Amino acid sequence: MATATVPAVEREDYLNKEYGIASWLLTTDHKRIALLYLISITFFFFIGGFFALLIRLELLTPAGDLVQADTYNKLFTQHGQVMVFFFLIPSIPAVLGNFLIPLMVGAKDLAFPRINLLSWYLYIIAGMMMVHCMLTGGVDTGWTFYTPFSTAFSNTKVIEAGLAIFVAGFSSILTGLNFVVTIHRMRAPGLTWSRLPLFVWAHYATSIIQILGTPVIAITLVLVVAERALHLGIFDPKLGGDPLLFQHLFWFYSHPAVYIMILPSMGVVTEIIPCFSRKRVFGYIFVALSSIAIAVFGFLVWAHHMFVAGISVYAALVFSILSYAVAVPSAVKVFNWTATLYKGSIHYSAPMLYAFGFVGLFTIGGLTGLFLSALGVDMHVHDTYFVIAHFHYIMVGGALMGYLGGMHFWWPKISGRLYPEAWARLAALIVFIGFNLTFFPQFILGYVGMPRRYYQYPPEYQVLNVLSTAGATVLAVGYLLPMIYFLWSMRYGKPAPDNPWRAAGLEWMVQSPPTTFNFAEQPVVTWEAYNYDEIDKGYKEEPQLVG
Amino acid sequence: MSDSQAVVPTAAHEDIHRPALLHHFATEEQQRDASNLGMWIFLATEVMFFGGLFCAYLIYRHWYFGDFGAASKSINALLGGVNTAVLICSSLTVVLAIWAAQTARRGMMLAMLALTMLFGLVFLGIKGVEYRDKFDENHVPGASFSFEKVPIPSHPDQYANPQHAQIFFALYFIMTGLHALHMVVGLGIFTWLFWMAWKGRFTPEYYTPLEIGGLYWHFVDIVWIYLFPLLYLIDRHP
Repeated sequence: MATATVPAVEREDYLNKEYGIASWLLTTDHKRIALLYLISITFFFFIGGFFALLIRLELLTPAGDLVQADTYNKLFTQHGQVMVFFFLIPSIPAVLGNFLIPLMVGAKDLAFPRINLLSWYLYIIAGMMMVHCMLTGGVDTGWTFYTPFSTAFSNTKVIEAGLAIFVAGFSSILTGLNFVVTIHRMRAPGLTWSRLPLFVWAHYATSIIQILGTPVIAITLVLVVAERALHLGIFDPKLGGDPLLFQHLFWFYSHPAVYIMILPSMGVVTEIIPCFSRKRVFGYIFVALSSIAIAVFGFLVWAHHMFVAGISVYAALVFSILSYAVAVPSAVKVFNWTATLYKGSIHYSAPMLYAFGFVGLFTIGGLTGLFLSALGVDMHVHDTYFVIAHFHYIMVGGALMGYLGGMHFWWPKISGRLYPEAWARLAALIVFIGFNLTFFPQFILGYVGMPRRYYQYPPEYQVLNVLSTAGATVLAVGYLLPMIYFLWSMRYGKPAPDNPWRAAGLEWMVQSPPTTFNFAEQPVVTWEAYNYDEIDKGYKEEPQLVG
Repeated sequence: MSDSQAVVPTAAHEDIHRPALLHHFATEEQQRDASNLGMWIFLATEVMFFGGLFCAYLIYRHWYFGDFGAASKSINALLGGVNTAVLICSSLTVVLAIWAAQTARRGMMLAMLALTMLFGLVFLGIKGVEYRDKFDENHVPGASFSFEKVPIPSHPDQYANPQHAQIFFALYFIMTGLHALHMVVGLGIFTWLFWMAWKGRFTPEYYTPLEIGGLYWHFVDIVWIYLFPLLYLIDRHP
């Protein structure tokens, strides 16, 4: 056990420096704000998960018997809105990114600590608006707010939900702005762009999308709210407006938004794989630039959501080809991860199991995305469960696996405690099995014709739906387990050494948990990222990892 | 200034004569660069924010060119032109205020900041007169909207479609309204800057808030520079 560095006396760190509610709610420490986010997004994750569970229970039987049709519409709408805007988009950036980026670049804090706190408050205000909206009637438009249904026909709380997401958007913008300025201006001496951890590169790409995409959804929601309140005609064909304009504006943000959700996970996996295979990342510069390429291409593919909405066939053709182009940088990443594993000294620790899960599930999700960007196939499976399965493989199998992997990998740094490794491996396995059992049947369901957003279905689809609901139950166990043992470890876990994984990176060179200002003195970087060959040479005995 | 990295802090870091330096920056230069970059990135988000509106406007302007022309003709280009001049003057006074800070001319800095705010208020006042005229003419979208028998400028024998004209006025009010809201925020920022300047917080060495506040003000001016021809001047014949 590499625990020689654990001191006998308690050191001062960011957790025990101050106590009391005000020292948390008024903090400008990026690490404490990260924990505030962790608590808040976990709350919303379980709300979103609760809706998902009700959806799966309704679909257990072909008849619409558990809830009424209107209730079902609200369930899938709010499941989507909560999970996308209040869990997935803030998840890795606002928790792990917030905690780690200043540490990784060798800075005392983000460039704008007070704006960082402001963005958490905006998130909380938005979240409270959303909760209020859900408690007082909810919204049933689908998370996409398509007009003219959302502006002229829906009798639910569209305006309140729209404003909640508008506010949440500014929280996201400010986080991205903070990251970009920090990465540009706060790097330690010697930490050149080509020595940056790829986690930071991934967040740089993510932040670009947050900065350039989110304002467009904001103005689109302003127009929807104005249209709904005053009947201006901007999106209403009856008054000369164009509902397709709404879809263009909406997807201009909401397609790149899926890269806001997946790129940080890719960054996490790129940290985990070299550490647990004790090798440098294969093709560093290609992995770094593929993040930027995904962000850039991501802005040019939005209309593939509109192939059956009545856009011109030439536009559809162009968007189809551009959608294929996104597969290239994504494949670069997958191949480079695989090449990094090749001849590595692989340790099957819990974070690595999540990383393996990520690579496999992201590959399936990405390849089925190519099915959907093919015009002909999309005509067949558009708005079916095939689409649902595809994006859950990316969002849950990809983004969420990466998030959990990252939480395990950095938990010793965040909490100063080790989690129980055997339980963590079991949980990773349960999540993987539960996930596939939930969503693989949905590919088949969609392909044989079950449409999305219906609360009843013909009896021949029942077997696959029962499998999916059973999987969702398993998945729920897999999500509750880490929550339980993380909380358990905060009190009973073994104290973590500063670098339990013998990992590379500045964040592992400071104590666990770090002090408020991270570094006692300004670090100077003289080494390449992921220098695992040099690190392992530094240890005399055979590297032996904790757990 | 290149894409600099932090400089190793020296003993001067603790110097009590550098009150504006925040704890997590190594040097004032790094701090100023960070603030400036932050504001430029914020302005990029603002470009995208207004960009969605400009996109919607251009599409409908293209679709309903004549109807939009008729509606456009009903708004007062003279008042819009005066407002353009007022805003350009206010940008000049912002620059002069920064120059006064750089050259330690306190009185001039305060005067220029006050003048900037005055120009801003004049702009909002004139905008208010324009809005009142639209209310009087029943050109505000909604239940009482009316745009009957207004000829299309390029085809005087045809009348504009009132529904399409209503889309013009909806976009007109949303675009100029959001711009005016940005002006109000700008006035708030400049009140704060004036207060800081009054208390003597700005020196030739430290005037970053003036600089980034000025960037914001210029941006809001530039939005108007695009709004004015798009809304008031296209296809306008005397």
